[in-house]
Amino acid sequence: MNYRAIYAIYRFEMMRFFRTLAQSVISPVLSTSLYFIVFGAAIGSRIQEVDGVSYGAFIVPGLIMLSLLTQSLTNAAFGIYFPKFIGTIYEVLSAPIGHFEIVIGYVGAAATKSMVIGLIILATAFAFVDLKIEHPFWMIAFLVLTCLSFALFGFIIGIWAKSFDQLNLVPMLVVTPLVFLGGSFYSISMLPEFWQKVTLFNPVVYLVSGFRWSFFGHADVGVGISLAMIVVFLIVCLLVIGWIFRTGYRLKT
Amino acid sequence: MPDIVTVTDLRKTFDGGFEALKGVTLNIREGEVLALLGPNGAGKTTLISAVCGLTSITSGTITVGGHDVVRDFRESRRLIGLVPQEITLEPFEKVLNAVRFSRGLFGRPANDAYLEKLLKQLSLWDKKDGPTKELSGGMKRRVLIAKALAHEPRVLFLDEPTAGVDVELRKEMWDVVRELKEDGVTIILTTHYIEEAEEIADRVGVIAKGELLLVEEKDALMARMGKKELKIELQDPCEAIPPSLASYELERSADGFNLTYTYDTKGERTGITALLNDMAKSGLVLKDIQTSQSSLEEIFVDLVRSET
Ligand SMILES: Nc1ncnc2c1ncn2[C@@H]1O[C@H](COP(=O)(O)OP(=O)(O)OP(=O)(O)O)[C@@H](O)[C@H]1O
Ligand SMILES: [Mg+2]
Repeated sequence: MNYRAIYAIYRFEMMRFFRTLAQSVISPVLSTSLYFIVFGAAIGSRIQEVDGVSYGAFIVPGLIMLSLLTQSLTNAAFGIYFPKFIGTIYEVLSAPIGHFEIVIGYVGAAATKSMVIGLIILATAFAFVDLKIEHPFWMIAFLVLTCLSFALFGFIIGIWAKSFDQLNLVPMLVVTPLVFLGGSFYSISMLPEFWQKVTLFNPVVYLVSGFRWSFFGHADVGVGISLAMIVVFLIVCLLVIGWIFRTGYRLKT
Repeated sequence: MPDIVTVTDLRKTFDGGFEALKGVTLNIREGEVLALLGPNGAGKTTLISAVCGLTSITSGTITVGGHDVVRDFRESRRLIGLVPQEITLEPFEKVLNAVRFSRGLFGRPANDAYLEKLLKQLSLWDKKDGPTKELSGGMKRRVLIAKALAHEPRVLFLDEPTAGVDVELRKEMWDVVRELKEDGVTIILTTHYIEEAEEIADRVGVIAKGELLLVEEKDALMARMGKKELKIELQDPCEAIPPSLASYELERSADGFNLTYTYDTKGERTGITALLNDMAKSGLVLKDIQTSQSSLEEIFVDLVRSET
């Protein structure tokens, strides 16, 4: 294992993050604040409690998830796409490092970035609503697992993408709808029975549900199932990445 | 001295079915400067990419420092530095950080004293805190060299280091190559400029259409292939070459003032004395004579043409 190489990649990526720290952090914090103002305060005051929690508090886990998913996805996708696009990837590919080390470096950095942003949003949330976290350990565990698995997913997209349009395609077309339909802003028990069934095919439901459980102690789906689903997703991403490197897909000529 | 890089029957077929390398065998000696000459699309970059692990190998084997580049890629790649043909740099990164990154990536512990020496050697030290996008093209090229040397490799691949570089910078680049050679680094460079190979290479390889046509000591190559020309300027123009001189196969210039005699420097006898004697007998009066050796360029053009 070439730890120095992992550290070099990680550090390099984090430096890029810190160079653009203001814009990396301001935009998610601003948009979440807007959500809180609109959904939490303006609309939320007219909505009764959901599952025994005020609506403002209820949407916190979903909102954090929304940012977490998009951030880990786009950070990781961009992190690997950019060197591919400008050509500097040659250096990483000709270095004495295995694929696993490359993935740890890039995905680790992307996951760290989104985790930092997630925690900042959580802190922002405390400024708007009365919150208490029932299972802090599991909250962090879900945070880490989600960041990791979606950073892996983003890494795959970054390797697959041939243009900036494609790079934006998946987050725009797939992730945002899945998050909105994944029970971020409502409890799926509010849906008609048929749509409740359909929703169970949406992986984000399990993420939001598990995450919400760590805050309030209860959720739409059992926490065990949530956890299992995240781990399955993580493993699938790892397998795809393993395949990518074995075949050199879109990396080697 | 043992060969530091060995390439044995290397073949590369791209996905589309195009065969870019057709069984290349090449041994590179430790400490030498090898110039790979070849026209566009000859397969130079493909060959280098295969050694550095950027291109998968269809068949054949490559070793660097005795390590197979596929099986023992960690050991072999540590020994290699690569300066790619295209200038590719992270635009906002500071020069020093970019070089540090390269060193770390190749698994070497931080050593800022070495990097300082390196950047000074490449006249980049005063630019170390600026972003790479603010550098001139020649400076960017040198940053790429610094990155390639950051982990103290023993073999350096320079893919067209002087393409699009002005004369002065080219000379500077050659000086860098010479210094590196003195430090014991083996250097493989590709080029279109014959004068570059003539200037700095110990050996020259000629590659065309995916085949290595020859690899030879530069001096031996020039001597073997080298023909010399004797240009004879006449006092008065001659209408036609006198029949008594027919056997020398002289070339007559249009105005009749110049005759050119081509001879082989390796031949037993050059025939110059006899020619001059015969010329005097036939009544031609010489004004001046001069000789010139055919350059590597002509050798190269001959070679590539005769193969295709
Ligand atoms: N990814 C690829 N897919 C298909 N063919 C390729 C690919 N890369 C290179 N080739 C082909 O392989 C041949 C050799 O290319 P290569 O880049 O090695 O040439 P070169 O000798 O470096 O040329 P130049 O002097 O122009 O840099 C060319 O005909 C090129 O079109
Ligand atoms: Mg080339």
